[in-house]
Amino acid sequence: MSEPAICCRGVGKVWAAGTERAHEALRGIDLIVEDGEFVVVLGPSGCGKSTLLYLIAGLEETSAGEIAAHGVPVTGPAPDRSLIFQETSLFPWLSVWQNVSFGLSLRGVGKAEQREISRQVLFRTGLAETFDKRPHELSGGLRQRVAVAAMRPKVLLMDEPFAALDVQTRAKMQGFLLDVWRESGASVIFVTHHIDEAMALADRVVVCTARPGRIKDIVTIDRPRPRDPFASEAVALRRKLTELLSAEVDRAFAEQENVAIA
Amino acid sequence: MTSTPVASARAAPFPSAPQWRRARGLLRSWLPHLGWTIVSVGLFAAIWELCWYFGWADPRLLPPPHVFLSDLTGQAKFFNTAQRWQVGVDSNAGPSPAVAVLITILSSTMRVFAGLGLATVISICLGVAIRYFRLIEHLTLPTITLLAPVSPVAWLPVAIFLFGIGNGPAIFMVFVALFFHMILATITQIDGVNRNYINVARTMGASKWQIYRRVILPAILPGLLVVLRFNLFGAWMVVLIAEATGVGFGLGQVIMMARNTFNPSLVFFTIVIIGLLGFGCDFLLRQIQRRILYWLPNRTAGLADV
Repeated sequence: MSEPAICCRGVGKVWAAGTERAHEALRGIDLIVEDGEFVVVLGPSGCGKSTLLYLIAGLEETSAGEIAAHGVPVTGPAPDRSLIFQETSLFPWLSVWQNVSFGLSLRGVGKAEQREISRQVLFRTGLAETFDKRPHELSGGLRQRVAVAAMRPKVLLMDEPFAALDVQTRAKMQGFLLDVWRESGASVIFVTHHIDEAMALADRVVVCTARPGRIKDIVTIDRPRPRDPFASEAVALRRKLTELLSAEVDRAFAEQENVAIA
Repeated sequence: MTSTPVASARAAPFPSAPQWRRARGLLRSWLPHLGWTIVSVGLFAAIWELCWYFGWADPRLLPPPHVFLSDLTGQAKFFNTAQRWQVGVDSNAGPSPAVAVLITILSSTMRVFAGLGLATVISICLGVAIRYFRLIEHLTLPTITLLAPVSPVAWLPVAIFLFGIGNGPAIFMVFVALFFHMILATITQIDGVNRNYINVARTMGASKWQIYRRVILPAILPGLLVVLRFNLFGAWMVVLIAEATGVGFGLGQVIMMARNTFNPSLVFFTIVIIGLLGFGCDFLLRQIQRRILYWLPNRTAGLADV
């Protein structure tokens, strides 16, 4: 009887609670992510999807409800729940191998061992030639690959990690991510506002509403990867997701206009 | 000296080909820099000379460069570091003029770096401590913010009360003029650190101390070096004020004497020296900056390439 990787019950978040700038980002999120599952959270910009990742990562506290990781309540950040950001997940003052072994160095692992482990990790992920480089010497795609390789968590949280990349690189990166995911057996929670990205990656797509973010629908995608984006099922699925999402985008726009007028 | 092979290889009389190439590349990248510096200064001097030529600038008040640079040895005599106010000191006593100029320059530079160094180290430590411990913030920050706008001139009597005459008050003046601003700058830098860096470290299980030492300190270093460069100029300005009043010798003292003896040539001569010194120090600091901030791509190294 194994616990789910992540279990959210009635999770809500109000930013700047108690002040006049208070705004509700999330409300009543119930979500269970199984061990080894790939879940994509899809929603309009500013719907609180990133907030959900921060809460699961333990970087922020929930305002309501509770989150458990493998049955243990989340009270703070932990190395087995890693968050990858859109940019700057690597420290520019460290070389690639030092970035990869940063977590080890925090635990006082010796320099030689750090080097060895980094070398193995980079070799396994096909990044061996970046070992001695500095992050600014790498392309955006390579940087994100190193960032993913540096983390060996049970739950990988990704906050629009490929949004800053061009379309071709993004497709490559999705393939790379799927390889890492399959090999590591980790659960992935991946936030994006790209329907095609969600369709290429997800076991399940969680569609969020405009602010405050709630779960509008959960769509299971039961097709083997790599998926043909032009197959007939894909077209139907894309239509469904587009309809779900566009209603929320309209609402988000309307809300922004109201704010602008008021 | 057991490692002579390595040492001798380094000190080879004929530099190897890549070394030549590097030196040539360095020269090529510096030549335009140097050229434009000469053009810029030359233009300024030329306008001045023209003003003199057409009779708009009175050479007794605004002597042009060719006048105030014509009598270097004569000017150097005024840098005499003998303590002439002391009873029984002959007016010709003291070191030779060239040595006197050197002593004057070195003592002013020493005061600048001593004050700047003290202010840098203490303000960074205190700035970090203010962000690290809430109690220290509550205890010190209001006072620091209150004292930050006080002009260095107001500290001048305090410097003399505390340290009398000599190096002490000049170093204190440089220190006090920079210290408060550098603390506030350090705090601003810490607050500006990209949250992602801190969050990445937190997810990897870093403690608060580890976050400060391993993430915040390297992250604020580029900004701190820019602050240091700005404050270097500030230090040069303040040391002159301090020397003009309380110290036996130094560039400020020479300017003061030039004022009192109505010697505009000496004023401009000293200004040239100060300008060159400031320029040199800034160059030095930029080289250090480039060394320390190896991770910044050259083009975006803050002000490093201005």
